[in-house]
Amino acid sequence: MQVEQLTTVIQTLVPEAQPGISKQYPEFIIPAARLHEVAKHLKENPDTYLDYLFCLTGLDRKDGFHVVYHLTSTKFPHIVVLRVILADKTNPMVATVSDLWKAAEYFEREAFDLLGIKFENHPDLRRIFLDDDWVGYPLRKDYKDSFTLER
Amino acid sequence: MEETLMDLDLKEREEYVINMGPQHPSTHGVLRFETCLQGEKVKWIRPHCGYIHRGIEKMSESLTYPQLVHLTDRMDYLSAHINNEAVALCVENAMGVQVSDRVKYIRTILAELNRIASHQLWWSAFGMDLGALTTFFYGLRDREKILDIFEESTGSRLLQSFITPGGLMADVHPNFQKRTREFITYFRKKLPEYDQLLTGNVIFQERTKGIGYMSLEDAINYGVTGPSGRGSGFHCDIRKIAPYSAYPLVKFNEVTYTQGDTYHRYLVRMREMWESLDIIDQLIDNIPQGPIMLELKAIKPPKGEFYQRVETARGELGVYIVSDGGPTPARIRYRTPNFSNLFIINKIAAEHKIADLVAISGSLDLVIPDIDR
Amino acid sequence: MYDFGPLVNSITSWLDTTFSPFWAGLISMVLLGLVLLAFYAVLGLYLVYAERKICARMQNRLGPNRVGPGGVFQTIADLIKLLMKELIFIRNADSFLFNIAPFIVIVASIMAIGSIPFAKGLQAIDLNIGVLYILAISSMGVIGVLIAGWASNSKYSVIGAMRSGAQVISYELSVGLALLCIIAYAGSMQFSEIIASQEDGWWIFKGHIPAWIAFVIYLVAGTAETNRGPFDLAEAESELTAGFHTEYSGIKFAFFFLAEYMNMFIIAAIATTLFLGGWLPFHIWHFDAFNKVMDYIPPVFWFFGKTAFVIYLMMWFKWTFPRLRIDQLLALEWKYLLPINLMNLILISFLILMQWHF
Repeated sequence: MQVEQLTTVIQTLVPEAQPGISKQYPEFIIPAARLHEVAKHLKENPDTYLDYLFCLTGLDRKDGFHVVYHLTSTKFPHIVVLRVILADKTNPMVATVSDLWKAAEYFEREAFDLLGIKFENHPDLRRIFLDDDWVGYPLRKDYKDSFTLER
Repeated sequence: MEETLMDLDLKEREEYVINMGPQHPSTHGVLRFETCLQGEKVKWIRPHCGYIHRGIEKMSESLTYPQLVHLTDRMDYLSAHINNEAVALCVENAMGVQVSDRVKYIRTILAELNRIASHQLWWSAFGMDLGALTTFFYGLRDREKILDIFEESTGSRLLQSFITPGGLMADVHPNFQKRTREFITYFRKKLPEYDQLLTGNVIFQERTKGIGYMSLEDAINYGVTGPSGRGSGFHCDIRKIAPYSAYPLVKFNEVTYTQGDTYHRYLVRMREMWESLDIIDQLIDNIPQGPIMLELKAIKPPKGEFYQRVETARGELGVYIVSDGGPTPARIRYRTPNFSNLFIINKIAAEHKIADLVAISGSLDLVIPDIDR
Repeated sequence: MYDFGPLVNSITSWLDTTFSPFWAGLISMVLLGLVLLAFYAVLGLYLVYAERKICARMQNRLGPNRVGPGGVFQTIADLIKLLMKELIFIRNADSFLFNIAPFIVIVASIMAIGSIPFAKGLQAIDLNIGVLYILAISSMGVIGVLIAGWASNSKYSVIGAMRSGAQVISYELSVGLALLCIIAYAGSMQFSEIIASQEDGWWIFKGHIPAWIAFVIYLVAGTAETNRGPFDLAEAESELTAGFHTEYSGIKFAFFFLAEYMNMFIIAAIATTLFLGGWLPFHIWHFDAFNKVMDYIPPVFWFFGKTAFVIYLMMWFKWTFPRLRIDQLLALEWKYLLPINLMNLILISFLILMQWHF
């Protein structure tokens, strides 16, 4: 599907979706509340059929935490990037997509572990790399601990 | 108070949980499988990772772009060249520059040699997992030849850090072409030996056929890429989907099977070695002349976000650079193949025997530092 | 030509005349024990060395080549290292059983060696139920393995021990039935008589195809009984780290290690005695000159040569084959080897009844 068509699909679904930051792939900024619904639609819609989530990234940016979903299809060559901006930095929370793509379950655990982004309805939201009693979330920009080197 | 056996109810007492790892010969690194057994049968497996988490993503935030390659080596240390290439390509695409054809050719040849070396080591270790100890020495004997080529050209055998943003660290050694060509003819003779030793063996086939079935849906859903995913018929070869470097110029087949068991994951890798040899064969004789390094004032991608997918020996590696225009990335994210490949283990190995768990985890070809980063 | 009977008899009669019957018996027991122990140690070291060299050959390596010419003293160096290593005591292990297990394993194999005929008259004890005795004694080793796995109080060990138990109990049947074929041919369980019955040809040649089938089954089952080769499930290092001896260290580990090699030797020695004519030289019918030359080679050489050949076979498939899975292992025994063996035994009985064997 071409970029224009994808844009129409998403625009009709979420009129408030904005074009994204990166120009590399068609990217859309989706309101956090509607993410799960959009993702479900994009996965099940036979025209988009985005059945393969190949990357889920958490970012700590100035305007809040971003969660970036890189989606592609095994039927079509198109790639769609969804982005959720979580402006509330104290309690970033977004619905999980692990029920749609199993891969997301572990990517989300990683994002939770390193950035502290919480995923609602996640089946098993535990730390994945760090110890269970680790304090803080290392990939946050304001993260400080006793052995962080100051540049 | 210490819990005694009698305090546990009957159901819990029947659960016989053993920890395979963090130190265990078959996990190939510091990975822990919390495994629940019922006799010889595995009831469930809970993988625990993070024992070798070094915070590469965090460290990378304070390193300049050319310095990144030294850390990417240490993720999937068996596909060091390919990891380097991923970062290099991502930075080059971000800056909108093109490296010369010579660099593209050399990068592709090195990547394919690296893929063969990685599969050789996997083959060796897979035989060991199944108890055929001799494979280890056959695999490493031939891997040595590739490492020698690497050593001569890049100065290093395992973690080369040779491919860097903007080109290559140095030109290849004058012997590079000759030795690579020698290796191709040598290894084409030796590969059938691998089949004689292991593939055709009745016990080996009995041990692997029909074991650890992974359906196509599961492979896509869990994001299992690379040879493990292609064994289930998942067309996930980035070299075909989004060709980079010199891959658009060469003819090769994407090896896929639809059976999805351990045996076919094995066959994918065996046939991939042949394909890689073909790729090198097509490129090695016509490496064009050209500069090996772009003359760039500063390696500093503009503000923006950039993503690059490459195919390592284990699957899809994604490099996601978020740049604020500074000399260091604001955030860098590696989508590593093994991380996604690991978690399907419970799905495909449950209800099998312990010995099958070892075979299945071997057939997924896990490299632990790549999971933990 | 080379009969050790008179030598042994002269020593016995000297002891009988010099000492009272009690002391004579005691001294001969001590002497035998010392000889067997020394033989056991030397042979164990040699077998470990041979395995390392053969395995190296199969794997494109050199093997030990630093200590002594061609590395012959490597295993002695290893032994010294093992002797000096700390014997780690496992806190929650059952210390009595934990300590006694390696001895059970090694004593079983030493006792089995006692009845093996190395040459004419060179045999510690020639029981009239020799084969039965060996079968009984060698299966005692598994008790040691089971105890070791249980007493270690380690989960891996107990899985290894249970596997070993299931395996040895199953394959004991095939070993016994395969040997029964030859016992039926020879009509005796006494080793000296079985060898005497092969004066005019080894059973593997005289016994037609059934003897070959029995030999192959015996080799497979025998390898399985020693927990070796493709049947080393009890210590499968890629699955169970080291199985039943995971928790053992130092010389206690060495006991298990040595017992494994000696069991292999015993299996090979029985194969030699029953199928390959024991210490008898190789004869070809009607080639009298050749046969005379063969007779001049001492029987000890024949015995060890044949045994070495069988051991080489066992090492060969250890280093070539992947390991079986436990259910495949048991299926192989109960679904294939045992029925074939039973049919084979019936066939042999028929052959003997019809007097069709040579």
